[in-house]
Amino acid sequence: MKVLVPVKRVIDFNLKVRVKADQSGVELANVKMSMNPFDEIAVEEAIRLKEKGKVTEVVIVSIGPSQAQDTIRTALAMGGDRGILVKTDGPVEPLAVAKLLKAICDAEKPGLVLTGKQAIDSDANQTGQMLAALLGWGQGTFAHSLELSGSDVKVAREIDGGLQTVSLRLPAVVTTDLRLNQPRYASLPNIMKAKKKPIAEKSPAELGVDVTPRFKVLKVSEPARRAAGVKVKTVAELVDKLAEAGVLS
Amino acid sequence: MTALVIAEHDNKTLSDATAKTVTAAAKVSSPVHILVAGSDCAAVAQAAAGIAGVEKVLLADDARYARMLAETMETLILSVAEPYEAILAPATTTGKNYLPRVAAKLDTPQISEIIAVLAPDTFERPIFAGNAVETLQAPAGKKIITVRTTTFAAAGSGGSATIEKIAAAPDPGLSSFVEENLSMSARPELTSAKIVISGGRGLGSAENFKLLDTIADRLGAAVGASRAAVDAGYVPNDFQVGQTGKAVAPELYLAIGISGAIQHLAGMKDSRVIAAINKDSEAPIFQLADFGLVEDLFKAIPELNDELAKRGIGQKA
Repeated sequence: MKVLVPVKRVIDFNLKVRVKADQSGVELANVKMSMNPFDEIAVEEAIRLKEKGKVTEVVIVSIGPSQAQDTIRTALAMGGDRGILVKTDGPVEPLAVAKLLKAICDAEKPGLVLTGKQAIDSDANQTGQMLAALLGWGQGTFAHSLELSGSDVKVAREIDGGLQTVSLRLPAVVTTDLRLNQPRYASLPNIMKAKKKPIAEKSPAELGVDVTPRFKVLKVSEPARRAAGVKVKTVAELVDKLAEAGVLS
Repeated sequence: MTALVIAEHDNKTLSDATAKTVTAAAKVSSPVHILVAGSDCAAVAQAAAGIAGVEKVLLADDARYARMLAETMETLILSVAEPYEAILAPATTTGKNYLPRVAAKLDTPQISEIIAVLAPDTFERPIFAGNAVETLQAPAGKKIITVRTTTFAAAGSGGSATIEKIAAAPDPGLSSFVEENLSMSARPELTSAKIVISGGRGLGSAENFKLLDTIADRLGAAVGASRAAVDAGYVPNDFQVGQTGKAVAPELYLAIGISGAIQHLAGMKDSRVIAAINKDSEAPIFQLADFGLVEDLFKAIPELNDELAKRGIGQKA
């Protein structure tokens, strides 16, 4: 069985993002970019499935500018087999991403799509669910653990009250949460090997998808800041302040 | 025109996330209808009908909706979607799960986790883990929206909407429920508690994390955690407060041994009063805490418990 892993190139999660002075977006010039951490977990899980012999091929897909190739190479260095880059300019909204991925799934016919539950830039948490709906597949979002067996996959999902396990008929889409696994670092030999792995390039037009944004971003602004309050010296003083604020009843 | 809100519930009780979503919905389109999908959930429909400003409750009561699985919710919502100008769900793990499927099938882009409605087609939502706020204008046509409920007040009670039973939609047969492991707790739910006490990596172990329980029980508070504490295995995932966990906005948020990573702050900065105890005076949490105490938490927690007891605050020792 083949697994398809969509990955997104985003601002590195360790960096503090800065809103541009003209409120047109966030500063992206000369900023370190990395793989979306949730997608990294998806890549790791796909590779583990391959190592267990449950999966034969791990195909990495990214939608983005030509530099998204580096993100695909990172996933190939971790253990992915080959890559597909859908080259786009400018932002692509989740629905358009889902349509592009559907076109790729129609051609590649994977048994499982594994991807992050959300990208840490737009925080939309939509693409996996939309892709599953467009394909007419089941979905296991926010995966905490998963178990592949024959024609089904069991997914334990991180939900508000705890964990929920569902069984999905394959093919299916699974989106990863933080606790699914700890992604590996690529070794130097594997980084070298990844340079020889093939990456096919496609365009949205070839896939028959219009990626023109449907939303208008009016502005991107700094969040409202809370002013720092006061430091208290003792626990008793803290309780005094909280009682005064009327929040201890 | 009309807005449809999808109810959040456990088949017995209507979550107050629903009444909060109604408030957001009424700013987008009115009147507001509510869809209750569940199993043996007539009481939930009754409660929904009592929310002020709600005109009609659609009730799909069928075993296939007991767990509100995304695949069955998709076909049900699509079966009633046509007349509505807007469809909204709370941005809970349930709403986030099914609503994008509906949006995709309607070929309508979804607006996730709105925190404000500026105009019926213009919304604010946090991006980059709350480091920025995006103001979006949606295209003409249906609006599909999930709502971060902590930023909207719950709609009042006293409504008397009609309840209309609707037929179940076809089950696509793609998924089935296996089991649920819910954290059992007598404490209030994290997202609706008046007081939240959260612990971070500073607690050091699952055993130490229990130190928070005494104070939580005394104050009738919910217990939360930072991602670091969850990742370290001190508490289960459903304790996590933050951009990728739960957003909370209690009257009092007491952060103990939490340094204040930006993604944690994104999930609690709307709390009315924030108090922090941390031994590191440079911890970022102090930059937004109303009251900060620089102190070793293992000294401060028992002191806090004694101090509350001394003043007769809370229920028991």
